[in-house]
Amino acid sequence: MQEASASENSLSRDAERGAIVAKSIVIRLVRMATLLIGLSVLTFSLIHLSPMDPVNAYIGGDTSASPEQIEKFKQYWGVDKSPVEQYLSWAGSLLQGNFGTSLLYRSPVLDIIQSRFLTSLALMGAAWLLSGAIGYGLGVVAAANRGKLMDRIIKWYSYTLVSTPIFWMGLILLIVFAVWLKWFPVGLAVPAGVLESEVRFIDRVHHFVLPALTLSILGVANVAMHTREKMIDILNSEYIVFAKARGESKWQIFKNHGFRNSILPAISLQFAYFGELFGGSMLAEQVFAYPGLGSTLTTAGLKGDLPLMVGIILVSSLFVFAGNLIADILNKVVDPRMKGAV
Amino acid sequence: MLSVQEGWNVRKTMLLLVASSAAFLLILLFLGFWLSNDNLRLSMARNLPPSWEHPFGTDWLGRDMFTRTIKGLRLSLSVGALASIISVVVAIVMGTCAAVFGKAADAVISWMIDLFIGMPHLVFMILICFIAGGGIYGIVLGISLTHWTALARVVRSEVLQVKNAEYIQISRSCGKSAWYIARKHIWPAIFPQILIGFLLMFPHVILHEAALTFLGFGLSPQTPAIGIILSEAMSHISTGKWWLVVFPGLLLVVVIKSFDSIGEQIRILLEPASSHE
Repeated sequence: MQEASASENSLSRDAERGAIVAKSIVIRLVRMATLLIGLSVLTFSLIHLSPMDPVNAYIGGDTSASPEQIEKFKQYWGVDKSPVEQYLSWAGSLLQGNFGTSLLYRSPVLDIIQSRFLTSLALMGAAWLLSGAIGYGLGVVAAANRGKLMDRIIKWYSYTLVSTPIFWMGLILLIVFAVWLKWFPVGLAVPAGVLESEVRFIDRVHHFVLPALTLSILGVANVAMHTREKMIDILNSEYIVFAKARGESKWQIFKNHGFRNSILPAISLQFAYFGELFGGSMLAEQVFAYPGLGSTLTTAGLKGDLPLMVGIILVSSLFVFAGNLIADILNKVVDPRMKGAV
Repeated sequence: MLSVQEGWNVRKTMLLLVASSAAFLLILLFLGFWLSNDNLRLSMARNLPPSWEHPFGTDWLGRDMFTRTIKGLRLSLSVGALASIISVVVAIVMGTCAAVFGKAADAVISWMIDLFIGMPHLVFMILICFIAGGGIYGIVLGISLTHWTALARVVRSEVLQVKNAEYIQISRSCGKSAWYIARKHIWPAIFPQILIGFLLMFPHVILHEAALTFLGFGLSPQTPAIGIILSEAMSHISTGKWWLVVFPGLLLVVVIKSFDSIGEQIRILLEPASSHE
């Protein structure tokens, strides 16, 4: 009798908790939507405030643009209307997936973004996983050897990395591995002068290693330092003293207590790192002439291709906001210790 | 024996560290003004590896790389200082407004902080640089618009803490104006936090400035900014001229690290909780 009511109780408590979790996720999603709207308003007003005429910027001194094309641009931006109406018509066409046409590549912005995004995603994904795993490991090792030589080396390494420009690190790797040792090619995601269809997978990997390595080396610092702090807090807690008194070995302590308590913050930190990661990949792509989203944005910015620029800015912001949202949810909602506190 | 050691306690070593970092930066700044522009003239001494006469070597036009690097750092530091000061001012205004003008203002400003923290910074700096039409303005504007957020949060929480303190309530009941209270009571109380925030922001600002100029935004290729030096050197890597890249970058790292350590040490020294560690 008692058991049944207890299980019923826990069932209803689970349902309650599910509702709370769902509610807090919805609140965060709504907040993110308002942030995205704010972002688009910001982008729009920056363009609007600038002394440039969007129509001129779009056509960019291109004399070959026909009057009909100019008319189309004017319609796209709604030039003759008030700023609010202009914004609404612009945002409306964005929602329909109409990001305009790139001036440089003469094709729809969305197509270009789609084709470049995967290349960038591979790069960022590899760096993200590598830097997360290595950074976590370094943080744990540093905390376990607190105050010893190992800890000092890791600390010094992380602090120095924070002050190192990512493009300089890339150039150094390029000098060492591509110019001196000749292990890797100097640039581009595929060998020059080879047809797209003839590119072998191994070539792609070959051209991919250095940029990914550059991004990973610098991404390590943040996770390593936070994991170290967290781990030191955990190791100073009473349950660790008790675990030691029970005779658990260092590995058991890490497996049973340290890992469980520190992995979630580390993962959420990595998700919150998306913004830095995207900035870093822009620089790494520039150094290694890797044709991803970042180098496309740089080219678009330098050549004045406003539609492509705005498209990439919005897509990358969406990507970064999604990362922040996941980090927030992991931190506040998924963590079992936050039961009922959300 | 113990009394001998007390002559060099942690606090003094820290102060020495801060002083030496600051001296190093001042020397660099001084060199930036002292080295003559003659060294930047084109000469026949092209592509020389580092030597006593040219500590950082010379480039493909015969310009002395040491002079170029120092001048570039001077430019980066002044741009960084300007952008940081603007960000600090924005942060103080936003943080104080959030703390003082009630719940609605607080919510709006917190939302704005979330917006500015959330977006990818480099991407927005590029947009702002592009829209400002290039030049130093674009860089300063872009950097200062994206770096105020963290400090604004700190200022907000500090002001919230201070504003209900007894001495401020007494001051208010003595009939002092809000402006007087802000100037005489609140700002002095939060000044250490602002100083630390400024010092810790500086390295980020310089890194972002270098990244922007490296990508080719803002400054013209003739200006010896550190990012431009490195991006020019990039095309000379494959011919083995490593000194064009290694030394300017190394000096940049050392400068950023010195700023970082100054900020970090001063933070530890000024915070009562950690000043005795």
